[in-house]
Amino acid sequence: MNVHGWILPGILLSSFLTGMVIFFLSEESHRLRTWLNLLGAGVKLILVGALLQGIYHGQGYSLELDFLPGIPLALGADANSVLFVTLSTFLWFWTTLYAVGYLEDSPHRSRFFGFFSLCVTATTGIALAANLVTFLVFYELLTVSTYPLVVHRGTPEAMRGGRIYLAYTLGGGVVLLLAVAWLHQLAGPVMFRERGVIEGLVAAHRGELRVLFLLFMLGIGVKAALVPLHGWLPKAMVAPAPVSSLLHAVAVVKAGAFGIVRIVYDVYGVETAARLGVLAPLAFVAGATILYGSVLALFQDELKKRLAYSTVSQVSYIVLGAAILGPLATIGGLVHLVHQGIMKITLFFGAGNYAETLGVHRVSELNGVGRRMPLTTAAFTIAALGMIGVPPLAGYITKWYLKKGAITAGAEWVALVLALSSLLNAAYFLPILYRAWFKDPPAHWPHEHCFGRLETHWMLLAAPLVTAALVVWAGVFAESSFSPLAWVKLIAAREYGP
Amino acid sequence: MTASWAMAVLVLGPLGGAAGAFAFPKGGRRLAGVAAVTAVLALLVLAREVVTNGVQLHRVGGWSAPLGIDLRGDGLAVLMLAITALIAGAVTLYAPPYFLPLAGAESRDRERWFWPLFLFLWSALNALFLSRDIFNLYVTLELLGFAAVTLVALAGKREALTATMRYLLVSLPASLFYLMGVALVYGQCATVDLSLLAAKAERGPVLWVALALMTGGLVAKAALFPLHFWLPPAHASAPAPVSALLSALVVKGPYYILLRLWFEAFPALMTPAVAQGLGALGAVAIVWGSIHALMQARLKLLVAYSTVAQLGYLFLLFPLAAVREGGWLAWNGGLLFLAAHACAKTALFLTAGNILQAAGHDRIKGLDGMTQVLPVSAFAFGLAGLSLAGLPPSSGFAGKWLLLSASLAQGQWWWAAVILGGSLLAAAYVMRVLSHAFTQVALATKPRPLPAVQEWTALVLAALAVGLGLAAQGPLDLLRLGAPVVLGGAGP
Repeated sequence: MNVHGWILPGILLSSFLTGMVIFFLSEESHRLRTWLNLLGAGVKLILVGALLQGIYHGQGYSLELDFLPGIPLALGADANSVLFVTLSTFLWFWTTLYAVGYLEDSPHRSRFFGFFSLCVTATTGIALAANLVTFLVFYELLTVSTYPLVVHRGTPEAMRGGRIYLAYTLGGGVVLLLAVAWLHQLAGPVMFRERGVIEGLVAAHRGELRVLFLLFMLGIGVKAALVPLHGWLPKAMVAPAPVSSLLHAVAVVKAGAFGIVRIVYDVYGVETAARLGVLAPLAFVAGATILYGSVLALFQDELKKRLAYSTVSQVSYIVLGAAILGPLATIGGLVHLVHQGIMKITLFFGAGNYAETLGVHRVSELNGVGRRMPLTTAAFTIAALGMIGVPPLAGYITKWYLKKGAITAGAEWVALVLALSSLLNAAYFLPILYRAWFKDPPAHWPHEHCFGRLETHWMLLAAPLVTAALVVWAGVFAESSFSPLAWVKLIAAREYGP
Repeated sequence: MTASWAMAVLVLGPLGGAAGAFAFPKGGRRLAGVAAVTAVLALLVLAREVVTNGVQLHRVGGWSAPLGIDLRGDGLAVLMLAITALIAGAVTLYAPPYFLPLAGAESRDRERWFWPLFLFLWSALNALFLSRDIFNLYVTLELLGFAAVTLVALAGKREALTATMRYLLVSLPASLFYLMGVALVYGQCATVDLSLLAAKAERGPVLWVALALMTGGLVAKAALFPLHFWLPPAHASAPAPVSALLSALVVKGPYYILLRLWFEAFPALMTPAVAQGLGALGAVAIVWGSIHALMQARLKLLVAYSTVAQLGYLFLLFPLAAVREGGWLAWNGGLLFLAAHACAKTALFLTAGNILQAAGHDRIKGLDGMTQVLPVSAFAFGLAGLSLAGLPPSSGFAGKWLLLSASLAQGQWWWAAVILGGSLLAAAYVMRVLSHAFTQVALATKPRPLPAVQEWTALVLAALAVGLGLAAQGPLDLLRLGAPVVLGGAGP
């Protein structure tokens, strides 16, 4: 195996081995653990960089290991994989830095970072999976490795949240397993391929394929938090802030959305799916989820809960993009995979900073927080404005393409949903910004920590600033060739073909 | 010739060890170690012979069937021998520190009897897996039962003695039923050799009665619902290494005989009704065992009820492998599942033993904070639980995937529902225990630290239960050697 052959396994092993070592570190070896964490995340980042470089030069990547009879564990790097793996690896690095700062002096850090590393292994595995069974393997590994993170605090409330999380996700996993096994009976081993692999079966198995699509959406929809399968997400908010950021922006919800993208584009093929008539119901569910999540977000006083319902709503933009036939909608949906990730992670970093530095957890306590923590609040503001869809930020690009795509496809109601959603987004984000910048701060913060000259620990500050800068970059330089949009356009061109 | 020697050593090695340990109680541990190494070496030799030269037959004393006794090493037998060697080897490592702290005359007694009985059990199992005729199988089954029942009694407590009594009262009549069946078969077919029977067996009332008797007896010994009632108290009250042996290996002995009977000797009698009936009992066992596992207050009982449930999966093999299309998948799946269960269940019982020793109790509600003391054991429990719940990439998943694929390929979707539902139930009872790993409490009394061997043996087995899923191809290739004719194999 030459250098290129090691890149795919290297991407997975860089975090897997790190995690395995960290599990067995003693609680006190703080420095070693921090260095290992950053080393793992750094090596992964470099390897993904090498992967991008290789692909740019026309190098192909794939790897197969024996697993089930006739079905290998297969890794590969197609356009969709690269999009997701780059996103998750990059955000991972910053989340790790943030988590190290956030969890200083809290108990069970070795356990936490061990599972943290397993979680990113699972996420990158999902991104790089080249067939359905490999996808399933990492999808379940993700469930298992995130549970300890959700219940990390060990309080009765956390245990309850964790139990609900597992009940939903394991239930979804079983449905997904059934769907995968069933599809294998019809189609043989299913490799992901642009424009799908089931076209030949449509004539003979129309009904079965429809049922299967439903099963796939039920199984994956749990993680993507499609209404009515979203119940676990607000409950899982009991987790520490870095976990929430990662659940919402990088790993779990995103893996669900990515899974739906995979099924629609690379298993069914978007045109075949449209012919089967399964896209319209999916678009409807996505639209309903968008509105439902936004409405509920309005009524949450707890900041993290408000962000959680906002996630429910925003992730469905991706699903909506996948559910509308036509390159423009595809571009809008896929690019939101990245855009939602960088925006939402910034918001959660901000919320975590308020909680950790000032002890502020509720929207009603945010008065004047902008004066106490201007940098954090600036980052938060950029991300929130992006979510609303203010030009020229990342969220605007998404909404523009989605709206164009919907109108081109003749689904005008989608444009209405998007407009309503933007209004609702503004309704639940603008009050926060108003309080933060324009109201007077209280005499005492609930639980203030001092960090010298900076407004908070430098590790907590660096991460949101970097991701907020990305939100601006992804919007302003959207039309350059080094932007998420440029890459996504390439994917769309291949999916629809000449 | 080499293979003959290997087979002889597999049976006689542990047997000699048992005799030695009986005569020289102080040398029990060392003799067990020697016997274990010998048996493993012999197994490697046999496996090599089987893989390179195909099925190996040894005629004891040079007489051929139907007069003499045959020992046969085929793929299935080698797989079962390997699982046995793995689990028995782990127990050999685990038991010495486990018995050590129980000071006093009572514990010396327990260890004194443990080693000879354990080695005797190992020898009986090896003989069972190599036997080629149904009467010989009866003899090994009796020896196995004798060793197993006595081992349960080792715990010495009142509840253990009650459990032993129950076990004995099921085991003895079950053997008798089996023996009556053997007698009827011999009367009808004039042979007891598995390979020869296949040619002579024809459907008829005598053989139906004979098979009913034999199956009934074996099913009771394999603890299939509704004849499982003796298992939970026996497996839960025995000392931890014994529980592991019982759940991982002993119940698989009679199951193995059932496979040989129905798929090799009497495939002609395997009607859909028989297959579906056995499968249905298995399905009920999955649900019943899992629900009871969910209700137990004590960890060891939970693990024991989980055995009842997991054994149910093994019986799904009958309806799924009896159909030609996809039958081979199901056969592979069932046996892979058997290996997965052996590793995972041993890990669980050893972990339960660790917790019991460290905390002094095994009440599930009282497990908060235990994992801060026994992190390695908690990790082992988690990994083994992964396999029980059938999560990928564990071997439990691989086994279930094959069974599931077979059921979908054959259109027997009701088994698919059972397989998937059982996974969720298993996840639920595993999580009942595992959630306590994450609660945080300050412990009032400092628990006793355990020797590292005790914790790591469990972890290695649990890791194997998961890792085997990624290396399943090897064992599955092995199964092709000498596979039953009805499953498309070459036969004897």
